[in-house]
Amino acid sequence: MNTSEPKLDNEQIKTMINAILDKYRREEGMLVSVLHEIQGEYHYLPRPALEEVSRGLKIPLTRVYSVATFFKVFSLKPRGRHLIQVCLGTACHVRGGARVRDTIERDLAIKSGETTPDFTFSLESVNCVGACALGPIVLVDGQYNGQMTIEKVDSVLKKYA
Amino acid sequence: MVKLTIDGREFQAEEGKTILDVAQGNNIYIPTLCYHESVAPYGACRLCMVEITNKRGKKKLVTSCLYPVEEGLDVKTDTPRVVSVRRMVMEFLLARCPDSEVLRKLGDKLGVEKVRFSQEEDKNKCILCGLCARACDEVVGASAISLVNRGVDRQMATPFFDASATCIACGSCAFVCPTGAIKCEDIGDTRKLTMPNITQEFRLAKCKACGAYWAPERQVDFFVKKSGLTREEYELCPDCR
Ligand code: FES
Ligand code: FES
Repeated sequence: MNTSEPKLDNEQIKTMINAILDKYRREEGMLVSVLHEIQGEYHYLPRPALEEVSRGLKIPLTRVYSVATFFKVFSLKPRGRHLIQVCLGTACHVRGGARVRDTIERDLAIKSGETTPDFTFSLESVNCVGACALGPIVLVDGQYNGQMTIEKVDSVLKKYA
Repeated sequence: MVKLTIDGREFQAEEGKTILDVAQGNNIYIPTLCYHESVAPYGACRLCMVEITNKRGKKKLVTSCLYPVEEGLDVKTDTPRVVSVRRMVMEFLLARCPDSEVLRKLGDKLGVEKVRFSQEEDKNKCILCGLCARACDEVVGASAISLVNRGVDRQMATPFFDASATCIACGSCAFVCPTGAIKCEDIGDTRKLTMPNITQEFRLAKCKACGAYWAPERQVDFFVKKSGLTREEYELCPDCR
């Protein structure tokens, strides 16, 4: 199994979540922002964290879980330290985005939507990130890499590995 | 009070009422699935569509369970457009849940002859109307289930698809479910709650006097918490009290 899956300490999570909740004044309406912040911290939404949010905001766990599973940005599965997003929007697609994705999939030996066993990278595809003229685009941790080619994949990933 | 007509008949209705409220109060049939009088309307099943003409003469289709009455509104529940759109909705629902007896009957009633879409394989009768979840939240106050995920992955489930910590096994979800997707049965001292994504079993409490199993333990706990009475007050079943 994955040995480097991030180990979580429940006490640490509790403290962290409560700090985040305080920052948002424990307002129920801030749920999405709270979840964003948690994901920023852990790269995904750990179950104990969601349970703590439900307790802290005094809202049912069902609501937290519904929201957390509704938005595509949120992941309930552990994700890698770096998130690679390959744009497959119309413009990037016609410029060969899919080939770039295939190359990344092969290099990292994972499929889109998966995470490398050492939790370095997670890979996913997105639909248009608003920079069509520079396509195909590959985002790593939100950083744009324009005019991607299969040859450039290696050098881009090297910066993070 | 506002004046409106439904199928040519004139009605007076309180502001804030919906078209469906007025129609049901006057024996005008509009098919519904996701509506229940004890729960806030939600507009999920799209079966209650009617055609309205507003004051400016504009015609459109609206869900009657959500649309509030307006002065001068002209509602038709039976135009060819309404009939055809209902049949279409019904066809979609049947393609999703071909095994639901209730849906098949309703389909026959609405004149659906055959379903033109490919039918779902997994024998799940849930149309994702969320009525169970809304009843659980609004009426019971347990919030044990909800709709999760999005799009084609949408499902009715407990958080993390795990046994629910808050479910009191009251069976309200099974009671309101319009398609029979949730089953609630008592077998001896156990209540079995079967939902599309999970089956849970709960212990039933025994009446001190007659020995009948009368309510789930968790529901009794819930009564105790809600009422502030002691557990002893709930030792007897309603018949022995
Ligand atoms: S299609 Fe990729 S940025 Fe628009
Ligand atoms: S009853 Fe109105 S949409 Fe379901």
